[in-house]
Amino acid sequence: MRKPDIFKVPIGPQHPALKEPESFSVSLSGEKILGVDIRIGYNHRGIEKACEERTYVQDVYLIERICGICSHTHATCFVQAVEEIAGLEVPKRGLYLRTLIAELERIHSHLLWLGVAGHEIGFDTLLMYTWRDREIVMDVLADLTGGRVNYGMNTIGGVRHNITPEQAQKVLTAMDKLEEQTKYYIELALGEATLAARLSGVGVLSHEDCVKLGAVGPTARASNVDRDTRRDDPYAAYGDVSFSVITDDHNDVFGRTVVRVKELMESYSIIRQLLKNLPEGPIAVKAPRKIPIGEAVSRYEAPRGEDVHYVKANGTEKPERVKVRAPTLANVQAVKKMLENRYLADLPIIIAAIDPCFSCTDRMINIREVASKNSRIMEWETLRQKGIEHYRKQGIDFSKVKITQSF
Amino acid sequence: MIHSLFLLLIFPGFIFLSIFGTYAEFVDRKLYARLQNRMGPPWFQPLADFIKLLAKEDVVPECAVPGIFRIMPIFALAATTTAFCYVPVWSTHSLYPFSGDVIVVLYLLTIPTITFFLGGWYSTSLFARIGSVRGITQLFAYEVPLFMSILAAALLANTWSLTDITLFYSRHPSYTFFNIIGFAVSILALIGKLEKTPFDIPEAETEIVAGSFTEYSGRLFAFFRLTIDIEMVVGAALLSAVFLPFGLTLGPIVGFILFIIKVLFIVGLLALIRTIVARLRIDQMINFCWKFMAPLALLQIIINLILKGVL
Amino acid sequence: MQPGKILNVVLRSLFKKPVTSRYPAEKLDMGDKYRGKLKFYQELCIGCKLCMRDCPSNAITIKKIGEKQFSAELDLGKCIYCGQCVDTCPKKALEATNNVELAQLDYSKERVVL
Repeated sequence: MRKPDIFKVPIGPQHPALKEPESFSVSLSGEKILGVDIRIGYNHRGIEKACEERTYVQDVYLIERICGICSHTHATCFVQAVEEIAGLEVPKRGLYLRTLIAELERIHSHLLWLGVAGHEIGFDTLLMYTWRDREIVMDVLADLTGGRVNYGMNTIGGVRHNITPEQAQKVLTAMDKLEEQTKYYIELALGEATLAARLSGVGVLSHEDCVKLGAVGPTARASNVDRDTRRDDPYAAYGDVSFSVITDDHNDVFGRTVVRVKELMESYSIIRQLLKNLPEGPIAVKAPRKIPIGEAVSRYEAPRGEDVHYVKANGTEKPERVKVRAPTLANVQAVKKMLENRYLADLPIIIAAIDPCFSCTDRMINIREVASKNSRIMEWETLRQKGIEHYRKQGIDFSKVKITQSF
Repeated sequence: MIHSLFLLLIFPGFIFLSIFGTYAEFVDRKLYARLQNRMGPPWFQPLADFIKLLAKEDVVPECAVPGIFRIMPIFALAATTTAFCYVPVWSTHSLYPFSGDVIVVLYLLTIPTITFFLGGWYSTSLFARIGSVRGITQLFAYEVPLFMSILAAALLANTWSLTDITLFYSRHPSYTFFNIIGFAVSILALIGKLEKTPFDIPEAETEIVAGSFTEYSGRLFAFFRLTIDIEMVVGAALLSAVFLPFGLTLGPIVGFILFIIKVLFIVGLLALIRTIVARLRIDQMINFCWKFMAPLALLQIIINLILKGVL
Repeated sequence: MQPGKILNVVLRSLFKKPVTSRYPAEKLDMGDKYRGKLKFYQELCIGCKLCMRDCPSNAITIKKIGEKQFSAELDLGKCIYCGQCVDTCPKKALEATNNVELAQLDYSKERVVL
């Protein structure tokens, strides 16, 4: 008997299912997935290093651009760490506004995910409808902050834009409209047969595996891991609002969909509470340009899961070290498990179900020497020397180029 | 001679089919957009796409078999256009009727799928190969219900000629209502044939890029797209001739307008179905075809056999 | 569970006005607060260059052109429209407008004097 033909299909770095470059090299036997080799690192932008070259004020905007969807997430996480080092007490109103934008961002991220999930399984109508409704919250965000994607809301010591009662009213009207739509999406997600056929039992990640692989966010909560930074380690104004953490025990893509649409409903309730109890007062305190020596870790529940930032300050205007752990890094390990024994047709939706954000994940350069099998991390200078050597072999001399100020 | 050439090449042959095909594609896309609350493309968009593709470079992959790769789009186009010669348009009479032409039309409509398979397979791209295998797998699932439901209608009319089937049903319009199950089954099968959602598995964009067409570009791809448009019109015309044979005796002009309306109605129905469901997986699609569509088509045959005995 | 549950909503949207617009034939309303191209009030500028210092992308350049007269040059390609310079400016000499249609094919036109 002949051995079944195994062939490798390169899903990525360029593929219509993926919105960002990353590589899933899939071994297939017919339609069945036998194994998958995940490679990330196509989109390393060196943001952590660049942060060390800029002042704290500039870093807020750079960090905000780590991710296009959770821009507020990263900015808030970073400023929280800096505020902790500097010992700044952010005014209550500032914290409330920060939380308001955070929840609006969660709404737009989850609606976006729902549309992408629909597109991945060929249900483009869902994509068009959810993205249409997402425009409502995008307009609200543009009205509140002056930006649709990069809000520029955060600054060290508070927020930059205040909110008027008219704007608050607009937000509430938008929430009513979205709540009505979301109820329909819940009904649709639970009742549409073709959706259930494509989502149920796909990408199963058991509770034990989930804990073992350290998945976070809705991916974990759909496997019944009751974990949410907003409740477990309240930051900003989350200590003042009441909400429930949505968990589900379907363990599959269907469960992840249910968790996300139900979280939308929680977000509407949080926003209503925030606007009802919005305290009066200033929105920011003045931050010093030089942050005293210290280090801090900040946690934040992004729409995709827990985001962690580490900042080390050395008493100057610029941080000594910034480290970002985006939620996708925690979730991407689980994808391999989810893909076991599934079909090629399930691959796009399984990858999409963790709501991946690969550009945020690509961070460190780890060089492994094949001969000694030791891995080491290259210093900035050695890396530059290596680059100069590499190009000298090709006849281009870069050693005369002086880096006075990066960028 | 000149008359025949006019019929074959200009009206109602190739030129008319191309124009009507692109228009049907416009209706399909516009309706799809409006159902999704979008604006949709302007009326000339499919035509503009076609012209743009014609102007682009043809790229033949290095590993592909160039002969087969190049000839397949022409083959597909020829097959669908030929099929239209045997489908009645404005009257109960097709261009060149003969006994047994319904079988010929059904087989001619199978040829495009085979050409997609061959074109995809010989382009040697991984995605194209997966797509073409999926396409051929799908063919076996929807083709049987389609054949059975159309032949069930032929059975009741007691003829293997499309012209005679249409003639029979326009004499007894009430009999068409017995074929309602067959109509539903063949609409679903037509979706499979045209590779549209929920049966767009062979060209599922998010999974295998463009399936069989992944390596096609320029003129060759333009012809493939035109083929699909024409296939949509011919398929819809076939269904309207068999299942909606109304008003064919009212003269050529009324008959022609009714033909356009009927075809666009079926195209609209296809657009509606693809708006409201998600794409199925290949195993689910095959299950659906054999578990539901084939038994239903069989039921249609049984109904028609009983009717034939009774009437 | 039924297939095509969305059918009635789909049919209703057939008769609704489409939500997409014919951009660029129809202009979009960005709202007054939207951060777009900067506006520079030359008479207010004191040349402290704090905006240059805080700009995350080195997009703005303040140049001395005369006695207590300064010009501002902005690289539209570099500017990330964060509006930090507007916040930083002690004399409110900078302001963000809601002009967002700034795309250029010609790179040389991206450097503008405000």
